[in-house]
Parts: sequence; structure tokens; C-alpha cells
Amino acid sequence: MTQQGVRWTADQVLALAPDAASRKAGSKLGAAGPWSEAGSSDEGTVWGLCKGSGSKPYQTIVDIADASGPAYKCSCPSRKFPCKHALGLLLLWAGGDGAVPAGEAPEWAGQWIAGRRQRAEEKKAGESPGSSSASADPEAARRRAERRAERVTAGAVELEQRLADLLRSGLASAEQSGYGLWEETAARMVDAQAQGLAARVRELGAIPSTGPGWPVRLLEQCALLHLLGQGWLRRERLPDGLAATVRSRIGLPASADGPPVRDRWLVLAQYDTTDPRLTTRRIWLHGAESHRTVLLLSYGAAGRAPELALPVGLTLEAEVSAYPGAGQPRVALGEQFAPPAPAAIRPPGLTTSQAAARYGDALRDDPWLESIPVTLERVVPVPDGDSWQLADADEDAALPLTPAARSRPGLWRLVALSGGAPVRVFGECGHQGFTPLTAWPEGAGDAVALC
Amino acid sequence: MTRTSAPVDAPGTGAWEGLVTTALLGTARRTPPGTAPGSDAPVALLDAAALETVRRRAGLRPARAAERPRPAPEDPRPPLPPAAARRLAMLLADRPGGSGGGRRGTAPDLMELLPQWLAAANARGFAPPPQVLPALLDAARGRTDLRPAALEFAGPRALWLARLNPDWRFALRSTPGGGAALPHLEDDDRTQQLWQEGLFAERVALLSALRDREPAAARSLLETTWATERAEDRLMFLDSLRTGLGPDDEPFLEQALADRSRNVRATAAELLSALPGSALAARMAVRAEACVAIDHTQSAGTGRDTRTSPDPHAAPTIVVEAPHECDAGMERDGVVAKAPAGRGERSWWFGQLVEAAPLGTWSRRLGGRTPREIVALPVADDWQGELHAAWCRAAVRQRNAEWSRALLGEPSAPEAGGPGAVSLAERAKLLGTLGAAERAEWVAGFIATHGLSEAFQLLGVCAVPWAPPLGRAVVDALNIARDAGSYPWSFSGVMGLAERCLDPSESGRLDALLAVPDEPENASPGAGGYWAEAFQRLVTTLRLRAAMVEEMGPAQN
Repeated sequence: MTQQGVRWTADQVLALAPDAASRKAGSKLGAAGPWSEAGSSDEGTVWGLCKGSGSKPYQTIVDIADASGPAYKCSCPSRKFPCKHALGLLLLWAGGDGAVPAGEAPEWAGQWIAGRRQRAEEKKAGESPGSSSASADPEAARRRAERRAERVTAGAVELEQRLADLLRSGLASAEQSGYGLWEETAARMVDAQAQGLAARVRELGAIPSTGPGWPVRLLEQCALLHLLGQGWLRRERLPDGLAATVRSRIGLPASADGPPVRDRWLVLAQYDTTDPRLTTRRIWLHGAESHRTVLLLSYGAAGRAPELALPVGLTLEAEVSAYPGAGQPRVALGEQFAPPAPAAIRPPGLTTSQAAARYGDALRDDPWLESIPVTLERVVPVPDGDSWQLADADEDAALPLTPAARSRPGLWRLVALSGGAPVRVFGECGHQGFTPLTAWPEGAGDAVALC
Repeated sequence: MTRTSAPVDAPGTGAWEGLVTTALLGTARRTPPGTAPGSDAPVALLDAAALETVRRRAGLRPARAAERPRPAPEDPRPPLPPAAARRLAMLLADRPGGSGGGRRGTAPDLMELLPQWLAAANARGFAPPPQVLPALLDAARGRTDLRPAALEFAGPRALWLARLNPDWRFALRSTPGGGAALPHLEDDDRTQQLWQEGLFAERVALLSALRDREPAAARSLLETTWATERAEDRLMFLDSLRTGLGPDDEPFLEQALADRSRNVRATAAELLSALPGSALAARMAVRAEACVAIDHTQSAGTGRDTRTSPDPHAAPTIVVEAPHECDAGMERDGVVAKAPAGRGERSWWFGQLVEAAPLGTWSRRLGGRTPREIVALPVADDWQGELHAAWCRAAVRQRNAEWSRALLGEPSAPEAGGPGAVSLAERAKLLGTLGAAERAEWVAGFIATHGLSEAFQLLGVCAVPWAPPLGRAVVDALNIARDAGSYPWSFSGVMGLAERCLDPSESGRLDALLAVPDEPENASPGAGGYWAEAFQRLVTTLRLRAAMVEEMGPAQN
């Protein structure tokens, strides 16, 4: 394959930036001025020398051939990853105005690339005889899992007790007790190694301050938490798929051991959510042949971007393996057969009624599901009082946008793209409404990221 | 797809509300419906609530659609080439703020290139990709100077958007007619109707549009309602007559001289004085001529020895006798009687008379001399400043290039750089009356003699991109400034202008300046490195501008 034909767009490059400041700094370096000896190879490597404030220019190399996202190397001291030089170099390359000609890699770039390729080969070779190191002692592993399950059970029992106490004295009392009570309970769940329970408990603490209607939301969350606790305590009696779902919702580790599915995966959306501890990156993929929509999750330490980055609109030929659990969209990325390349694939879409029905169906496999990935076809963003909805172009039905989606700048990009005409929108559809993530115009045109 | 539950009208609604009420109060106070009181009650409540929660979620159905907005009007312009669309996204991503005030380094200031990018796109008549409109409108919201070009480029869909987002109201205000399409100007009935019933902004837009095409028709339209308009509105409407001002407008303006509002009177007088053939101009000429005369006997006054010349006719001097009073006729013709604090009344009146008198008066009055000869005449008793300043204002108002040229003088004249009779601000205005090439030539000559420190204001009135002689003069002057050993930020204003205005084809001439020079003695420490950085930024920006224009393809026409 030739890399020259599949240059990325500037948007796709900028999506790799770890934060807004890097995006800005990178944009400024995306011009020929500071660069010299820039070039790219057919194997998917881009390199260049960038003049910085010092006397010696920085050596910047980016390897975009790697299926798990680009790899970067730069001699600058920045701790941002990728640094602004790598972004600038990719922008220059994406600009495609001859500033990054095809050629042989210079020695300083060639060494690093050769090293990477060699390590990748070794890793592949090392994996094939069967991953030997992980399960050295199956008996010990089983005992560890048992001990953990006991702790979780203890935690779930304790949580059930606390919920019962709360309901006995009334939710009105939760308004006064505030965060403290919940933080303490969450800490107990962390001790019990049930991260999933801990996260849900922490959310409970915030609900009384979310404005009118909070008792309804608090009761819903308490009830679902109770359902999860009961699910764990009676997991032996659940069907296998649902039991696996409960285990993953509780926060027990699982490995993606589903059968690998090879497909051309279109990158539908990529977005990050941050909390004080962790940056979580969600990447939605859609299989061109399998018509499955799957989720890649990756994590970074707080304030740092996770490493995996797949620009929206690209397609990668790859295998993915599902994590266990009924109705769980999460997969792990397996072998990639070609570097990501732009493609004109669009996911097929539904009406709003079909989307709502699909969410209802999905709750059967996973009653804790907040939303499902859905593509809506021929919908129009319509203002509805203070809020917005996505209305079917051909039916009198509409899904409201979630409160969070209303305040995002992506909403206005969607409205502008539509101009009152139908568009195709990918997003997350759940009980709170629809969160648009990516949109396509009715006619020809690239995907527009909304998140 | 089977549905086991109907969400809204089912008995579940009441059941759920009962559960919420019980949960709020607590099972200790209230027994959940359908369960026995006791220690199991909370668990029973949670069980029922879990079932209801999932049931309610599973049964969600779409809502009724709200009233749909009317679709945005079609934008018939061709879409941007992909490379140009990417460039626009990049320029818009570089928002100001954040690390403001930091050193700029060698990277170009992308936001500053947006005006040029917009001008180039507008010249070629491209339509924007719709999804960039929000960023474009946000940029225009923050910078009023961007608005006209940004809104022209943004096109009809941006106005459609602006009606949906209060943050972008400015787009409706700054667009003629609040975005509502003006009627076809041939359509008399609709024109009349809009003029009679429209909002103020719509009426101003209508009047300006009509004035552009048919000056007389616009004036007649204004006359139909003139007597009933409010004073502020009369002022704005009168102002729109500036376009296409001609002798035909005189009767109307003459009548406006008797207006109730002082501002309207002053504007009418100003417009009339710009018509050299008007009766007002003639009255002003008579008044001004009475104040200025040639005296062949008097010496030119302080500090100037004119008696060395043997020819008695070579020492003529202008003498000024300022008016002694501001009579009712003068006031009616727009002369403001009350002088600002600190100015003598008589010189104040005199300045206004000369400013409003047609410049053609003076050749006749002053012995058939050319403007250049007149400006060169000595003026007695320190009246030169007042007289020349008034002539400058007259030359600008009457767009008289010959007088402007005479008042500007030679760019290399020693007093051109100093505080002469004509200030830099006045020079900049005078330059505005000259053609682009002549303007650039004059400023280039000025910079070659006086350097860059005074040139900023003058460079601002030159056409972009700078003509070759001007570009060369600026680059040479920057080079000299560098060799003189000062820091580049003393010239940051000119540098910034050069980045935006220098012709990109000049970048080749700058290559020699990119290296860090050896530091000369008595230079500011480190200045050489900063200069190299500043020139690198200049070259980078020029290349970027060249790429920007190239991406869009050749301009139409």
C-alpha cells in the first residue's frame, strides 16, 4: 500500500492533540517555515527537523503505519504526548503541498523506525506460541479470584444494608447528609475491590444537588444499584451472559477473549471524559461488513491523553475481540492488517422510533445500560424551547438531546451542517436523550466530528 | 419487536409515583404499596423500584417533533477547494487569548491572517463548509473589524444560524436589513412599503442600496418622509447621501441647512461644501477669500529672511485677517460659533471657513498660482499652521489629489518626518486621496529618508499587498534598524504589518536576513538572535500567505 494516497486531514491530525494548548501550538508549526529535511516514506513514516528556540533543531519522527495509532519520537523536552512538533509535522504532511516529499529516511529517523519494526516482530513472534507467562499457576489464580469474589460479596452485602437503611429513613434525609456519607460508602466499595459499585455510589452523592426531580433520579439509581448488588449475590442463578455483564458492571477484570472479528472498521467517534483520577477515551467503530458497532476504551493518567488515537472518518482493516458480557459493546483491538485510511463508508441509519426501541431491547441484556450507539438517518436538529431535539424528517417523532449535549459547541456544528435539512447523525441514545457525536450531510461530504 | 409495557398510560405511572413518595418519606413512615410493613419493606421497595425503572426506560418512545425551522436558503456559491477548507479550519483553531503577551517565536500569528484569507475567498466567491460557520461567527463576534468580510463569506446560512443563537445576534444587526432580503429595487410598491413600515436598520439598508443604484430615487424616497423623521434618524439618513453625492442634491441639502437639529445642519453643510459648485461653497468662498490676501510689501515674519531675493515680486506673503464675528449667515451655513476650550474664537471660525471653501478659490484669489506654489508661500504672523491645516481638511473632504500632493510635499523633505505644519495623521488622510501606486511611492520615499519610527500610521493607508518599491523600502529599513543594534520589538508594529502586507513574492529577498548575525559592538545583547527569529516569522508568514492564496486557485476576472 502507498501512504502518499492516504494523507490525513488536518482535523484528523488535530484530533491527536492531548489538549487545546497543544492543538494551538501544533497548528502554528504546521507551516513550512521552521521545518527542514522533512520527508515521508511509503511504509508510513514521516520525519523532519524543526527549528526551535535552541541552536540544534529538534528531530521529529512519526510512525503512522502502526495499527494501534501513530507512534511519535521527538528530541524536544516536552512532556506532552504527542508534542507540538509531532503535530506540526503531521499537519505539514496532511497539508500535502509538497513540503514533505517522499524519500529515504535519514539515519537518525531510520534507526528508530527499524528498532520499532524489530520490536513489533519480536512481540508478534513471542505471542504466537501461546501467552505463557500470564497463567503460570492456574491454581493460584483461581484462589486469588475466589478471595476477591468473597470481598466483593462482603461489599455488596454491606451496600445492600446501607441502601435499605436509606430507604427506611427516606431519601429526603439524603439531601441533608450530603456527600460525606456517600464518599465513605464508596471508599468501603473500593476496599471491597468493587470499583463499579464504588463509582455508582459516588454518583449517588451528587444527585441531590442536580435540581428539580432529584428524588426520582436518586430512587432510580438506588434501585439499579440494588439490582446490581442482588445480581452479584445471585450470580450463580443468572444466565451466563447476564452473569458476565454483572461481573463487568461490578468492576471485576475481564479479558477480551471473544472470537476475533475481522472487518473494515470505520472510526465513528472519539472523545475523552476526564475525572480527577483518569482520562477515559472512547472510540466507537463500525464494521462495514459485520454491521456491528463496537467500543474501544483506553485510559490515560489524569490530564494526559490516552495513547490510542484513531481519527474520525478513517477505516482500519483489523480484528477486534469482544469482552465478555451480554450486550456489551466493548472490544479490544487485535491485529491490524493495514494502516488507517480514509474511506467513504457511512453506517446505515434508523428512525428515532427504531432507535428508542433498540435501546429498550438492549436493556434486556443489560438493564444498567445508560445508552446505546445508534446512527439516525434523515433527522433534523430542531430547537425546542431551551433545548434541542433530533426530529425525523419524514415522521412526527423526535428524540430530545441530552442536557450535556445542549451546551457543547458540537451542537452548533450539527445545526450548521444541517441548515434545517436532514442529516445522518451517529450518537449515543439512552434514557436521558440523544448525544450526537458525528454527522454526515445528506449529500456527499466527509464526516463531521461533533465531540 | 414485542413490547410488553406501554410507558405513559399504563398503571405503572401511578405505581412509580407511589414508590417515589414512599422512598422520599422512608418506609419507616410509610408502607410501600403492595408490601407488608416491617424490616423487609425497604428491600421490597427497592425491588419494585428497580423493576419500574427498567420498565420505564425500556418503554421510552420518541416525543412529538417541535416546530421545525425553515430550511436555510441555498448558497449558490461553489464550495471551497479541500486544501483551502483545511486552511480555514486551521486559522480558526488559532484563537487569541490563552498565552497572550508571550513571546511569539518564529510561528506565524494565524488569526491575523484570517482577514486576508477571507478577502481572497470572497474575491473568488467561494461558499464555506457549513460546519465551520459556528467558529467563523465566534471569531467575528470577538473582532468587529472581521465582521463585514466574515459575514460576506459566511453567507445566507450564517444569518439563518444567527437567528437561532443569541450569541450571534450581531450578524443580524450588521447585515443590511437584518438578513431579510431587500425587495427588488424596481418593485416600487414593496420599496415604498418597506420604507414606510420597516425597522430603522432595514430602512437604512434600503436607502443605501437604492442610493448606490439610483441616487435621485433615494433622495426622493427620503424626501417623502423627511419632515416626520426623528432627529437621530434624519442624521443617519442624511449620512447615506454621501454616496453618489452630486449637484442634484443641493436643493435638498440647502433646505436641510434650516433643520431643527444642529447635527443635521452641520452634516448638510459638510455635504454641501464637498460640492464645489454649490451655493454654500460659493458663500464660503466669498467669506474665506475676505480673510486671505497676498501682501507684497511685508516680510514673511519671524526667522525668515526674504529680503535676500533681488526681485520684489519674489517675496509675496500671505496675510490672514480672521473674521471678527460669526454672523447668523455663517451659522446657518454650518459654522460652529462656539470655539472649543483653549482655542481663539477668530481662528476657530477662520479654520471652518477655509475648510468649507472650494480649493479652486485659491488659485484665483492668490494670483493664479498652482497649489504647490500657494503652499510654498510664506504666511505672516504665525497663521501658517492654521491655514495649512484647514487646507488639508478641505483637500481630504473634496478628495482633491493635486492639493493633497502639494500639502504632502516631498517625502524626503526634512520637515516631513518632524512636527511640521502637517501632522502625520493629516498626512495619512491626504495620502488617502492619492492613487495606490502614488501613495506607496510617497511612503517608500518617506521611509527611505526618515526610517520606520514614524511610518506606522502611513503604512496603514497603503494598499495590500505593498507595491514593490514600498516593500523594498520597509525591508531595507528593517535591515538598517537591525544593524543599528536595537531590539526588534521596538519595531513590532511595523513587523506585524509587514507580515500581513508584504507581497509574498518578496520572501526571497529576506533569505539573507534569516541568519543570526555577528553581534556588533554596542548592540543590545542577544538582539541578533531575536531579529533572526522575527525575520523567520516574517518569511514563514509570507510563505503561508502565498500557500493560502494558491490553495484557492486563480481569482475570478
